[in-house]
Amino acid sequence: MNDVTNVTIDVRNVIKRYGDFTALHKISMSILDNEFFTLLGPSGCGKTTLLKMIAGFEDVTEGAIFLSGEEIGSLPPNRRPVNTVFQNYALFPHMTVLENIGFGLEMRGSSRKDAETRAGEMLELVQLSSFAKRKPSQLSGGQQQRVALARALAPSPKVLLLDEPLSALDLKLRQSMQVELKQIQRETGITFIFVTHDQEEALTMSDRIAVMNAGELQQLGSPREIYEQPQNMFVADFIGDSNLLSVSIDSVTEGLMKCHIGGGHFLIIDEASAVGVGDKVHLSVRPERLLLSDEAAETNSLKGTVLQSIYKGTDISTTVELEGGPIISVRTSNTARGIKRLMPPGSAAFVNMEAGAARLLAD
Amino acid sequence: MNSKVDVKSYAGFREITWICLFILYAPLIVVTVYSFNASASIAAWGGWSWQWYIDVFIGPESAKFKKAAFNSFSIAIVAASLSTFIATLAATAILRGGRFRSRAPSVALITLPIMVPEIVLAVATLIFFNSIGFTRGYLTILVAHVAFCIPFAYLPIQARMQGIEVTFEHAAMDLYASKAKAFTRILLPLMMPGIISGFLLAFIVSLDDFIITNFVKGAGVETLPTAIFGSVKQGLKPNIMAISTMLLSLSIVMVTISYFVSKWDNTK
Repeated sequence: MNDVTNVTIDVRNVIKRYGDFTALHKISMSILDNEFFTLLGPSGCGKTTLLKMIAGFEDVTEGAIFLSGEEIGSLPPNRRPVNTVFQNYALFPHMTVLENIGFGLEMRGSSRKDAETRAGEMLELVQLSSFAKRKPSQLSGGQQQRVALARALAPSPKVLLLDEPLSALDLKLRQSMQVELKQIQRETGITFIFVTHDQEEALTMSDRIAVMNAGELQQLGSPREIYEQPQNMFVADFIGDSNLLSVSIDSVTEGLMKCHIGGGHFLIIDEASAVGVGDKVHLSVRPERLLLSDEAAETNSLKGTVLQSIYKGTDISTTVELEGGPIISVRTSNTARGIKRLMPPGSAAFVNMEAGAARLLAD
Repeated sequence: MNSKVDVKSYAGFREITWICLFILYAPLIVVTVYSFNASASIAAWGGWSWQWYIDVFIGPESAKFKKAAFNSFSIAIVAASLSTFIATLAATAILRGGRFRSRAPSVALITLPIMVPEIVLAVATLIFFNSIGFTRGYLTILVAHVAFCIPFAYLPIQARMQGIEVTFEHAAMDLYASKAKAFTRILLPLMMPGIISGFLLAFIVSLDDFIITNFVKGAGVETLPTAIFGSVKQGLKPNIMAISTMLLSLSIVMVTISYFVSKWDNTK
């Protein structure tokens, strides 16, 4: 039946209701073999619910979930070749690290000895061999996280589910774990489905990202597509920083759209968007795609006054109020050239836009 | 820390404390000390001696006490085991049975007997046995003890189980464990301190019980508390104090074990 052979998890028209409340509205997505797939969204968007349905801890109200072409909706969690790294790790507190990692193998029928051998290998993979005999409570948060990962990977599942596993770690550790997780995913070739509300984490690690909000899939694509071509207001706003301006289309000539952004300011947008003259839409442009200058450029140059200029280390964030119009924020890299853009409030400045930097979004 | 709420600053705090401690412990100390009395008097001190302890084991009443001790301990062990088993199942059903409508009433029904006056339970149990025509004897004591030990076994088990997150069982099932395996390999070991604690508490409560036992026991069947009461009616002798002191020591040991077990953490 399934003509696309490299689909691991196929979510088809899945709906989840709790009484009157609908947590997921008809979600469909295909997750491919060997893919690092991320479900990204704010809390309450349904991403964890979807993960639990794949793991088998939540029933599917309507629709179906397929694993390698086989419907798994009716299988209990222990019959699904899917393992989970839980948010709080859920390491068995009365067992040693080695027993924890060997548990899944033992439950699958391996002998205790085989399970221990394999568990030892997994401990090597996460570089914790010297901790084999410890109890989880004797490990740091980062170490517990690795044990949880090793435990879930030990039975070689077809899919590994990760429920915000990095959220309890501090920033430095989180960043190094991000790199390590990605590396382990590549080495093992197992499909990872990663749930997070942290867009930076998602962008760093994922092959593809599904952005969700209020139980609906907003956009599915590569990190670059999600960031550079957001399909709607929510995605543009949720992923990274964005200047979102209400604009109206004045004219369209040879694919170039002249947009009025208010206060008599115009921007020429080079974008193949299905909007026409007179439409009121939103314009999204990333602060780092704008240039701050003392001089006006030939096109797409907006005159304004600096409201605030904040030094942030790696870059400088400037807020500019356009004459009689909207407020725009601009991010400038902290380079030898960029540091000159640390302008005092009240200075006159021009905000210049690269061609093709902006997106038009229907509401 | 804050002297305004420090209870020690209240007038009479120290005095009341000492009075309470005195009333609670002075009789126990007197009994313990007089159990070592060399004289047969329960009031006059005649020097230190083990004679009443020897009397308990080989004296004229020793056969009666040995029989009673056997009954008490065998009933306590069986009643504690059965009630702990039932209480473990009850706690599992109530804390892992999802949300069901009779959940709150169930907890209340299980724990209520602790608050019902024991005499009421005793009379009720007696009426129950009479009405079903159950011959009173060893078995009636045992059944009654199993019943009233359940709430005592239940409370420590429930307390322990409340601290065990359901994600542990989820993780076990995620790792291919069946529901039964998740219970025996994960939940049960984690509950064990509570179960042992509940068992010990039930054991002590059963060993110690007088009122219900006295109502439901048949003629000629005695437990230690009823045998001691029977002896006391015929006059207070220091051998009773020796038995009491031994029971007291046992209780202290059991309660201490129970305390440490409830604190014990098999996760470290």
